Amino acid sequence: MRLEMRAKHPLAIRWCHWINFPLLALMIWSGLWIYWANDVYRLGLGRLTLFHFFPNRFYSAFGISGSLAKGMAWHFFFMWFFVLNGVVYVIYTIASGEWRYLVPDRHSFREALLVTLHDLGLYQKPLPQRKLNAAQQIAYTTVVLMGFGSMVTGLAIYKPIQFAWLDSLLGGYPAARFEHFLLAWGYVLFFLVHVTQVVRAGWNNFRSMVSGYELASIEEGAGDAHE
Amino acid sequence: MSDENRKHDDTAVASGSAPGAAEPDAPKPATEAAGLNVQVSPAGGPESASAGPAPSVPLPGDTQPRDAERAEEERIARENAEVLRRMRQQTRRSFLVAGAAALAGLGAFEWLTSRREDGGVPWPFRQALRLNEQLARDYFRPNRLAPSFPASAAGDRLNGDVGMEDEIDLASWQLSVEGLAGRDEPLMLGLDAIKKLPRVEMTTEFKCIEGWSKVMTWAGARFSAFMAAYPPASPAEDDSGDDESPTPPPYVSLETPDGGYYVGLEMESMLHPQTLLAYEINGQPLTQKHGAPLRLVITVKYGVKNLKRIGTIRYCQSRPADYWAERGYDWYIGL
Repeated sequence: MRLEMRAKHPLAIRWCHWINFPLLALMIWSGLWIYWANDVYRLGLGRLTLFHFFPNRFYSAFGISGSLAKGMAWHFFFMWFFVLNGVVYVIYTIASGEWRYLVPDRHSFREALLVTLHDLGLYQKPLPQRKLNAAQQIAYTTVVLMGFGSMVTGLAIYKPIQFAWLDSLLGGYPAARFEHFLLAWGYVLFFLVHVTQVVRAGWNNFRSMVSGYELASIEEGAGDAHE
Repeated sequence: MSDENRKHDDTAVASGSAPGAAEPDAPKPATEAAGLNVQVSPAGGPESASAGPAPSVPLPGDTQPRDAERAEEERIARENAEVLRRMRQQTRRSFLVAGAAALAGLGAFEWLTSRREDGGVPWPFRQALRLNEQLARDYFRPNRLAPSFPASAAGDRLNGDVGMEDEIDLASWQLSVEGLAGRDEPLMLGLDAIKKLPRVEMTTEFKCIEGWSKVMTWAGARFSAFMAAYPPASPAEDDSGDDESPTPPPYVSLETPDGGYYVGLEMESMLHPQTLLAYEINGQPLTQKHGAPLRLVITVKYGVKNLKRIGTIRYCQSRPADYWAERGYDWYIGL
């Protein structure tokens, strides 16, 4: 079989991706410092609490307590870079036409289901091979929209009087705070699934997110397109 | 290169698909490192027919061209080796750049967090807070109001007692006003002076910097009305007394009687229509813990600026000290 070096991820997208990673981590971490000062969310019903966000053990293990001022200072510093990087990514993706690989269409949801079943070992037939499969399209598009959501809910908490209309759109100030918190969880879940899939997909795929190229055999359409 | 290859590939598939084409198809799904660890295996599939300009296409059933096939396989192997070599080069290059970028990022982070502290945070963070403040002050409009709630939605919550650890004698309390027009001495006022000003009642959401919020009803006088009644000295006053509309001083400072807690506020926020010198909460006179007899309620700021038990109001030409801003918080914290 003949091999070729196939361009996969454009330079701008790779930079945006890898710059976003530490920035998002810093936003979530400084967000934890802020959340600690009023850690009211929990999983439960009425008096019954299944899980409190977060147990004191968690705070002390990571030294989170008592850093509200620091958390705000960091959050309102790194937010600019986080948003700027996201804006660059979106503009590039639109202008370059890369959005065509990214944005799901009406068939994507069915295919994404098959991809998921396939990954769980419940569906054996081969799936269409593209740069991004439907599950990836949905996940990656969603995470970009979540970034937008974090910016909007963040703005609503940050300036709730100047953007009072935004707060009322989001269900009020306390609701906006909760939504902001939920989105942070969304990134954590995304991260776990994403890293699992990257590990499963292997070196060739991971390398292409750094070098931009994947090794592919010529006779077989796209190479391994998972994640 | 890839275009060219693809073309050859097409022809190859076309010719190779002839009945009984020699070798077995290179097996394999595209998953699991397609061709990746396979390295340069010359697993000659039908594509082995895609020769150069003078192809010696092996015919079906032909037993002769073993040598030609070998040569072809070797050529492919050589080409694959070249692809792998270029791939390794590209990988090496990009990982070096990535490593350098990661180091630069770590260096920047290290630099950022090890800077001299300014008000409890490294100065780049303080500068960012100031930049955010400038943008927020440009965007600020006094006619943007905190939403009002029905009085029945009001609740209560207490938090913070810096500068008012002990109770005071309310009867002897007096408000000291400094920086007034035409006076060098502070003016001492009683609560009745504030109560003489138009009474304003509002039910708004009090927002704590910690992240909680509580709807409460307040009653008091607008600070703007207070300032109209007790106008500040304007900087121009010393030069010419006939200034038609004197520019108000840009800042106001408030302190508890013992000076233990103090906040600085910029004038736009102080003149906001929902900024009150309040003497009632939820229909009752302020309790000591809520800041009796007089406190600031300012909806465009977090609770920490809503100073309780006002002892001094001072008009200021320069940015006043602020208790929490000295402890790592943003000075402005405008909502």
